[in-house]
Amino acid sequence: MVPNQLKNQHLMWRAGFGPAADQLEQLQKITPDQLFKALQKASSKKPEYLDATDDYLKGLVRGIQEEGMRKKELDKDEKKNIQQQQRQAIKSLNLLWLENMVDSDQQLREKMAFFWHGHFASRNLNVFFQQQLLDVIRQNALGSFRDLLHEVSKSAAMLNFLNANQNRKDHPNENFAREVMELFTMGRGNYSENDIKEAARAFTGWGANIKGEFVFRKFTHDDGNKTVLGKTGNFDGDNVLDILLEQKQTSSYITQKIYRFFVNDNVDKQKVQWLADRFYKSDYDISKLMEDIFTSDWFYDEKNIGVRIKSPIELMAGIRRILPMKLENEDAQLLVQRVLGQVLFYPPNVAGWPGGKNWIDSSTLMMRMRLPQMFNDTDEFNVKPKADDDQMMGRTDDTKPNVFKGNKTMGKVGKPINAEISWNNYLKSFNSVPREQILLALNNSLLQIKPAYGSAVIDHYADAQNRESYLKTATIQIMSTPEYQMC
Amino acid sequence: MLIKRREFLQVGSLATASFMVPKFLKAFETGKAVPPGNKVVVILQLSGGNDGLNTVIPVRNDIYYRSRPKLGIEKTKALSLTDEVGLHPELTAFADAFHNGDLGILNSVGYPNPDRSHFRSMDIWQTASASNEYITSGWIGRYLDAQCNGCGKPTQALEIDDILSLALKGNEANGLAFKDPRRLFGTSNEKFFKDISSQHSDHHEEQPVDYLYKTMAETLSSADYIFKQSKAHPSTAQYPNTNLAKDLQTIASLIYSDINTKVYYVSLGSFDTHINQEQQQQRLFKEMNDAVGAFIKDLKANNRFNDVLFFTFSEFGRRVSQNASGGTDHGTANSMFLIGGGLKEKGIINALPDLNDLDEGDLKYKVDFKNVYATVLNKWLSAEDEKILGKKFDQLKFI
Repeated sequence: MVPNQLKNQHLMWRAGFGPAADQLEQLQKITPDQLFKALQKASSKKPEYLDATDDYLKGLVRGIQEEGMRKKELDKDEKKNIQQQQRQAIKSLNLLWLENMVDSDQQLREKMAFFWHGHFASRNLNVFFQQQLLDVIRQNALGSFRDLLHEVSKSAAMLNFLNANQNRKDHPNENFAREVMELFTMGRGNYSENDIKEAARAFTGWGANIKGEFVFRKFTHDDGNKTVLGKTGNFDGDNVLDILLEQKQTSSYITQKIYRFFVNDNVDKQKVQWLADRFYKSDYDISKLMEDIFTSDWFYDEKNIGVRIKSPIELMAGIRRILPMKLENEDAQLLVQRVLGQVLFYPPNVAGWPGGKNWIDSSTLMMRMRLPQMFNDTDEFNVKPKADDDQMMGRTDDTKPNVFKGNKTMGKVGKPINAEISWNNYLKSFNSVPREQILLALNNSLLQIKPAYGSAVIDHYADAQNRESYLKTATIQIMSTPEYQMC
Repeated sequence: MLIKRREFLQVGSLATASFMVPKFLKAFETGKAVPPGNKVVVILQLSGGNDGLNTVIPVRNDIYYRSRPKLGIEKTKALSLTDEVGLHPELTAFADAFHNGDLGILNSVGYPNPDRSHFRSMDIWQTASASNEYITSGWIGRYLDAQCNGCGKPTQALEIDDILSLALKGNEANGLAFKDPRRLFGTSNEKFFKDISSQHSDHHEEQPVDYLYKTMAETLSSADYIFKQSKAHPSTAQYPNTNLAKDLQTIASLIYSDINTKVYYVSLGSFDTHINQEQQQQRLFKEMNDAVGAFIKDLKANNRFNDVLFFTFSEFGRRVSQNASGGTDHGTANSMFLIGGGLKEKGIINALPDLNDLDEGDLKYKVDFKNVYATVLNKWLSAEDEKILGKKFDQLKFI
């Protein structure tokens, strides 16, 4: 029998970014059904547009857009300046969204958007295009997959990333058509090479202008007949997307991916089939699919709890939710993302982050387990991320970790994360716990599986001078374990 | 007799102590720590897309000089290898290696449908995928999968870095990255990690968290193992005071030990020279040249040069024409340096790129890098290349 507290935490980790400090007491009292209704309600509001660009960059870019037609080439310095501003703004957007994952009560929406961010993976150095795509994803995260697919496919970020602008009548570029089928809808092995060729013809003429608006260029569109997945007609891109959505395979593929992300990497085929059938019948209502998952008994089965390796973003956001903190040096979070292998807006490729065991190697695991100590300023950041030449564009790395070299005797100066943890809410929730049960209570709140280590080892490394210091130090040690990597 | 420990250690390395040293260690005194025959690969990744045409220079090609009025390196400045070919002036140790028969140059190495994004192209090289294929494991990682079934320590492939590259991540096994053997995971919490690791037993059924415990245990034991091995027969040669040189010296020390490592991996960069290419490439090449020169000398002095195959690669070369900022933009095929005492083909192994036959201003590849991998895997590491690369690639003859 799984206790409600564990079930609720399970729900918070999967349908959000983990339990928040001020939620801990409540999670012991309510039922998972009540909690899910509350999450759903909180996420029903329309999300705000996340804008990380400042007036300066907006002005620069508007200038180019207006002059765009007249002036063909920007001079070198202008170009360099804009690129640098863009890069900086993408970092700000990263931190802004991460902040939302930590603080927003729209946990379900942000988590869903995080899933789609990996599903519709796109790299783009234009922050305005990135913002637009993120907005499409956040607006439609819990809406209809049909709308989401159409809108993403018409977004400047995706069209550019997948070379749609190069897809012209007589010179088709199949990149977009291939990825739409392979990664966004049906999955490999469910269509032929010829389907891709024909679909690419239907997508000819799709593109985006310099402002990031979708444009249909009639003269580069091939308006002959195409045959895609057995259907023939003078299709355009929208028609092809609808043909893909007509395939039950699309529902199965998406549902399975969602199941593996939200429930268990080990797929229960029957459950997925049941979910996929209902998803298809609802015409791809994502909200209903998620409700089907999060309100079913099997979601709370022991075998589905604590079996997922947190992604780096989930790990970081999770730490910050349970230990709310002020960060003096927010950029350090970008370094952590790079070191752990997941930088928002920089997926490794169009297939997104592979996840699971793939997150783990010697370096990343040790870094993950050191992270709580780093947030707690008891460990220093002495790890250097690899350079990303796509981001640097030939410049030297401006986030050199050398900046962060320091040691404890130097005080706060040079510490990377400079976090000030607000322990109050967290500590309060353990007020009524008797001393001898504190460790058990901490384990129960912080971990989704029973720890393999005994209480003695935590006690050995915790500071038992007084109740508060014990709670704090034991918490940090528990978070520095392999068990804490699981959710 | 009471000998203070320090004194003992001081004399220990001298003949005085030779009667106490076991026989197998005596071999070291003759320069042979591990008996020859233990072949290893050392890979130097030139990150950012090194400009191959200013590395191996076609000194008699007019198109080259016409395309690069500012950046082209004059014949008189280049280090002459043959009548047609010169090396970048900084690469003196490479030129020496060429004349000594220790260097091979493979030209126009690349792959079909080249990608010009750093990240993507590097992934293609590291995973050995086709350009429209996404693989989540690296070619060396899959070598570990194939070779290392059941080996306790992931030290068969080591990267000298804080972060492990995709190249060394397998589906089952991973290589291990470390920057400094003395400070593998310099953390105040290290003892805690050792304690929880020792409490975990693997008797119970396999849960996902057990994978983390397994990785942690392997990491901690490998850390000790690498540290001990690095001290067993440390390289005493002179190396320049640069990062790459230190890394190569660490590798040399490990090669002289009896560690089980077969592949070493190290990177240098950034070669992404869109602007001011001349200074940047020169600076990086100086670091590379002096470090590799010292490494070759060290290996030779210790009689291990024949057992080492060193090679360089970059995710792409650069465009034939210079750009307007004193640099070059992302291109395609590139040259690779091969160094070692075991080369069967030396010198300029295949033709220089044909600058008359370009693909929209870019070189056409003539050798697929996967053929190079297949050769290294099969002939040097005695591994099943086809299984690791997922396909049969013809082997080359350089080893």
